[in-house]
Amino acid sequence: MVKIDNVCKHWPRSTTAAVNGLSLTVEKGTLVTLLGPSGCGKSTTLRLIAGLDLPTSGRIEIDGRDVTSVAPEARGVSMVFQNYALFPHLSVRDNILFGLQVRRTPKAEQALRLAEAADLLGLADLLDRRPAALSGGQQQRVALGRAVVARKPILLMDEPLSNLDALLRQEMRHELRALQRKLGLTVLFVTHDQAEAMSMADRIVLMKDGRIVQEDAPADLYARPRHAFAARFIGAPAMNLMPLEPGPDGPVVAGTDFAPGAPDGATQFGVRPEALRPAAQGLPVIVESQDYLGAETLALCRAGTTRIALRLPSASAPLPGTRLALGWAPEDAHFFRADDRRIEPAGATSMARAAPRTLIPNMEH
Amino acid sequence: MRRIPLIPYLLILPGLVFLAAFTHFPALLAFWQSLHSTPRGRRPATWTGADNYAAMLADPVLMKVLWNSAIYAAATIPASIVLAFVMALWVNGRMPGRAFVRLAYFTPTILPMVAAANIWLFFYTPGFGLLDQVLSGLFGLPSTNWLGSDRSALWAVIVVAVWKEAGFFMIFYLAGFQAVPPALAEAARIEGCGRWTYVRRVLIPLVAPTTLFIAVNALINAFRVVDHIFIMTLGGPNNATNLLLFHIWETGFKYWDTAQASTLTILLLVILAAVAAVQFRLLERRTYYR
Repeated sequence: MVKIDNVCKHWPRSTTAAVNGLSLTVEKGTLVTLLGPSGCGKSTTLRLIAGLDLPTSGRIEIDGRDVTSVAPEARGVSMVFQNYALFPHLSVRDNILFGLQVRRTPKAEQALRLAEAADLLGLADLLDRRPAALSGGQQQRVALGRAVVARKPILLMDEPLSNLDALLRQEMRHELRALQRKLGLTVLFVTHDQAEAMSMADRIVLMKDGRIVQEDAPADLYARPRHAFAARFIGAPAMNLMPLEPGPDGPVVAGTDFAPGAPDGATQFGVRPEALRPAAQGLPVIVESQDYLGAETLALCRAGTTRIALRLPSASAPLPGTRLALGWAPEDAHFFRADDRRIEPAGATSMARAAPRTLIPNMEH
Repeated sequence: MRRIPLIPYLLILPGLVFLAAFTHFPALLAFWQSLHSTPRGRRPATWTGADNYAAMLADPVLMKVLWNSAIYAAATIPASIVLAFVMALWVNGRMPGRAFVRLAYFTPTILPMVAAANIWLFFYTPGFGLLDQVLSGLFGLPSTNWLGSDRSALWAVIVVAVWKEAGFFMIFYLAGFQAVPPALAEAARIEGCGRWTYVRRVLIPLVAPTTLFIAVNALINAFRVVDHIFIMTLGGPNNATNLLLFHIWETGFKYWDTAQASTLTILLLVILAAVAAVQFRLLERRTYYR
């Protein structure tokens, strides 16, 4: 278990904090991703846990022990770096065994753990090669092997998949997840790719400007973003966010007279592209262009002053120029305050209820 | 019929002309002259075959000179490389006044060898030189004639050469260290690898190409740079600091025996060619990591 308590990190000669009052608990045996745009402090957080950098203030505990100022090797963590940090002059075997050799682990034990790791990661045929003679995926496995033979309970990974091509990345996600489950590892995984985080993590810690925006299970983060930033960051394409302006019967979507039934204080209305369906009546939009994705098509529409996306099966995608009314299920409407925090809808709202999900099959014919 | 492309040859022509005029032609000329006697005013050079070579090998001074050169090279090369590595390691870390220390280390390189030799001439002066002042002032040791004694003169000259070269080689090591990704040091740290183990197992192997490059330069300099001999000892006392290149100069321009000097030049070329061949063999065998 890793517990971070109110940790701050200020770099010298920098006016803003890289990590600003971060508190987080990672349960044993779970895979947690630190997700956020570049510069949000996710990598810094990982380095603070690893002990490669020391926090300006705050406390870090690993398995109940205060390790805030403990040296990296004494923390019980291993780490996989973005560029793998393999030693180019050593063979795969020596790369994997580097730590054990340095720590003078008995030779027999080394051989045992090497065989186990090589077997686990499919490296048995590559042991005598140098890293330069390996593909990206193989290098990634060697880096994992080096982390695995150390038998440290906590594995830290800093964007480990970002240098792989799309297909391999997909494959490694599954392998990593399987490995984590098999070995019962506690994994902290830094990524800027929300799809990677969603597909792998038990929990996602979404960060921005050195703070946690939301920490939740992937499904909850998707279904109930507690912050407009979370709404925009999770999901591809991002959630449509439309500014609201005052209307005769409560707030309306800016540039239209459509009232989405916003609760008091809401200034933004959000709905995901995949939750929108053409309906008998609802939010009026004009289709402006299309993005063909294969099975589905994104219709980019103008809704008042905002452009929004609508995701439909390609067969039923409307042509540019079409005027549509859009509806959605009540639970798919999200409202945010001026400070970007979420507000729960005040109650049942007219348009949202008039466009239940059952519309979807109808539209496909 | 295949046309021979002209442009590439034109492009290398200027370089080739200078190389031929100032390197290849003089070398061949030296070889030609080494097979003849030295021309004098009324007596032109005559063919003497291998006589000059026989005379050279019979010369006891040459044996002394070769032995000096061997000691000089064997001492300056490793000492300056090790010193350069240690200094680079030190000024590569985070520390206050890093730029100043780097500059201080590099200063000897900027100085002309003649100036450096003059500074050291003062250091070594018996009686009131810096070295004697410190040794006799602090430890009460008797005054030593560092450059005037058979036993210490060569080592005194070696110290100057190491002092002069180490700062220059340090710059190459600093550049070499920059090329090692910092993540490697971090990965090693997480694995519990101490600083010395990191240097031994990761840093030294990774900067091996730099070390080889420096070694080549150090070796060339060991035979090439004799400026300080002119200032400090003129090869003396009793040939104690006479190095091969200085010996060639002495033979050629002091004793005006150009034929014998040409013969010695050929010897120097043969030694350097043999050394270069070994180094190229090493270079080829060296693994390139990326």
